Amino acid sequence: MTKNLAYAALLLAAASSCFGQIRPVPPEELLKPLGANWPTYNGDYSGRRFSSLKAVNTQTVKNLSLAWSIKMTPGMPQAGGFGRGRGPAGPPVPLMVGGEGPGDINAGGGTIKASILAVAGILYVTMPDNAWAVYSRDGRELWHYFWKTRGGTHIGNRGMAIWKDRLYMETPDNYLVCLEAKTGKELWHKTIADLDQGYFSTPAPIVVGNHVLVGTGNDIDSPGFLLSFHAETGELEWKHYTVPMKKGDPGLDTWASLDAARHGGAQTWIPGAYDPETKLYIIGTGNPTPAYMTGKRGEGDNLFTCSLVAINVDTGKMAWYFQTSPHDTHDYDSAQTPVLVDGVIDGKPRKLVVTAARNGYFFTLDRVTGERLVTTKYGQYTNWAKGLNKFGGPEHDPMKDPTVGGAIVSPTSDGTVNWQPPAFSPDTGLFYVPEGNGFSLFYLTDVDPRGSMGLGGKEEVPLGTAGNYLSAIDYKTGKVVWRHKWYGNGGSGGLLTTAGGLLFAGDGMGNFVAHDARNGKPLWHTRIGNISSAPSTYLLDGHQYVIAATGDTLWAFVLN
Amino acid sequence: MYWRLAIPISLACLTAAFAQPPQTATPRPTGGFVPGQKRAAEDPAQVDRGKSIYGISCRACHGADLRGGDIGGPNLLRSQLSLSDQKGEKIVPVIQGSLQAGGMPAIPMSPEDAHAVAAYVRSVLGTIGGQGRPPSAMEPPSILVGNAADGKVFFQSKCTGCHSVDGDLKGIATRIPDPRVLQNSWVAGMLRTGRGPAPQTPRNTVTAVVTLTDGQKVEGKLVRIDDFTVTVAKADGTQQTIRRDGDVPKVEVKDPLAAHRELYPVYTDKNMHDVTAYLVTVK
Repeated sequence: MTKNLAYAALLLAAASSCFGQIRPVPPEELLKPLGANWPTYNGDYSGRRFSSLKAVNTQTVKNLSLAWSIKMTPGMPQAGGFGRGRGPAGPPVPLMVGGEGPGDINAGGGTIKASILAVAGILYVTMPDNAWAVYSRDGRELWHYFWKTRGGTHIGNRGMAIWKDRLYMETPDNYLVCLEAKTGKELWHKTIADLDQGYFSTPAPIVVGNHVLVGTGNDIDSPGFLLSFHAETGELEWKHYTVPMKKGDPGLDTWASLDAARHGGAQTWIPGAYDPETKLYIIGTGNPTPAYMTGKRGEGDNLFTCSLVAINVDTGKMAWYFQTSPHDTHDYDSAQTPVLVDGVIDGKPRKLVVTAARNGYFFTLDRVTGERLVTTKYGQYTNWAKGLNKFGGPEHDPMKDPTVGGAIVSPTSDGTVNWQPPAFSPDTGLFYVPEGNGFSLFYLTDVDPRGSMGLGGKEEVPLGTAGNYLSAIDYKTGKVVWRHKWYGNGGSGGLLTTAGGLLFAGDGMGNFVAHDARNGKPLWHTRIGNISSAPSTYLLDGHQYVIAATGDTLWAFVLN
Repeated sequence: MYWRLAIPISLACLTAAFAQPPQTATPRPTGGFVPGQKRAAEDPAQVDRGKSIYGISCRACHGADLRGGDIGGPNLLRSQLSLSDQKGEKIVPVIQGSLQAGGMPAIPMSPEDAHAVAAYVRSVLGTIGGQGRPPSAMEPPSILVGNAADGKVFFQSKCTGCHSVDGDLKGIATRIPDPRVLQNSWVAGMLRTGRGPAPQTPRNTVTAVVTLTDGQKVEGKLVRIDDFTVTVAKADGTQQTIRRDGDVPKVEVKDPLAAHRELYPVYTDKNMHDVTAYLVTVK
């Protein structure tokens, strides 16, 4: 190569970088610790949401300033035509349209609740039925993909997965859609579940090797499952049910009948964490159905609802489980992001998985075997259980089920925490989680001994909170080390922590706040509205950006 | 499952943010467990025919409301097979005996009648409510399960510091005749009659006194507070927002309902039921 040619190649590379040429993401990249990019739901497989970036740190964060913001407009353009203008001087943005619906169903859901992928100058962001590529330098749209829905619950979409030059998104009407990252052009879509059975799909798919791991949701007594699709072809590789589906299946003895088990729920609606050493994908499962009463479920634990389950990604077989809410009666899904921690327990190095469950309890387990090591109650007023069962899970107190006269229970059915991802910093050794200590009155309104269905048969009257906090838990002991009081319903969207010693969270009063990760002290804030998805961070041109979403708007911050 | 309507309730915005489900005992609106989806319309004559046949041949096992019967037939409202049926292609073979190994006998009826039963089943499935609520439900039983005498004792020991059945609570059971609304309201410390914000009264208005570094006091109704600012509506009708930096300046919040919330972890459910049983006698 001549010197001139090399120079030209360099120029070309610089130019393509400037114009945000798509760089493929080989699946091996997801094995690396979280740094310049944010290439999967939690940034990396560990679920820690701990970025090694530290240009923005406890000293410099005071200079964090707005770089850009963009309001995303979901759906078809108001007027016809291909594409539409963006901003005062923006060129038309290519709009790709897919989907099998009629195109006139406006099912709502225009809020960013997604983890935003950041790869080499491009952000990938979603709302239900909508995906965008956005330049991470200035917030301009590169393309917009719109899926014409057949219907389904449009409560949220948790974002996309990336594999090489492809993106994967789930839709509320239960399709897995594969897009070309460069253009937003659809390559294929595959069916996840039957819409007529009440399924709706919100999770971000997780790519492991060539597997695309896909979960789903359902409120009407259908069985939960996890699917693996081949990333290239979209071929279904395996389907793992999270409740017993036939005679001889493990856990069937914890249900009154096979029919009850097959309608038992345990949906897989929040992505899990992946341990490359054991090839186990560890994911939390949802509530049993009917949710608020025993009905015909029987008095047993109703496995594998409200559990952490570890599934081999090559075979789809379950290696171990641990149930965090045995025989749940308050819709306390265990659909919280489990976090992998390499830590020390009793002086011994251990490979751990930790979770702060929606039911107010915190757990530390061995992630190789599922052995339980720590159980504590972190919800200050959590009162639905009476001690622990023989496995170390909370023992459900039937007196605190929804009752005819009303039961006063904490937390509410929304839980001490819900889907919002927590964070863990190996620098502080602390696990961070939003802690809401609301109370509700739970009335049983449908006393039919056959039980109600889905989330029916009860009335819940929220009474207000006895305190909302940003809480830091020591994974070794399960004890809350500090609590930072929130005046609002803080932590909405989830958390981010960094090697800069920072912990980012919304405070529920319209502020986006950077806290000192050691003690929770607020160091910086900006009042941009309530945070709707977990903040994240990336490096571009040597500058660290921090991004957050509020409803339909995306905000990027950089040091001045 | 899922994070539904987030109900942000903080000490500061408690009075404005209370929302609650309807208090009436009427059934919830049905239809739409798959939002946005339009199920194919059924032929009313075929549905009528199917309903009659269902009553004769299916009801004993599957129940009059399809929710499962006394002699073991499963709930058809949540049957994945029924839910997926479009035009009898899944339900009719089962009626004709395809699931005998699973315990479902073949039911003698003509193919036309089997299709009519399928149409009837689909028509009922179309009335399932949001989040899987069954179309029909019994009237909720009375919530009055407590002991009024015990409730009176509890009331006199815990409540009479602020309340009196001859004073502020005089005729409370006449003013709030529905026992469930009465219970919700006395526990929360404010009237809880329906969705939306509770009416603001002097009893539930949160106030604040901010003592500035020069000793000047700013006081009034608390508009909002977070770690960084506090806003107070003053008596002259203006609002003042004051910057906060940790404990400076000093902010004292007075929340008349704090005492109620502090009791939430203290009540047993029996205490609560007993007090309600007592208060319904205060006509």
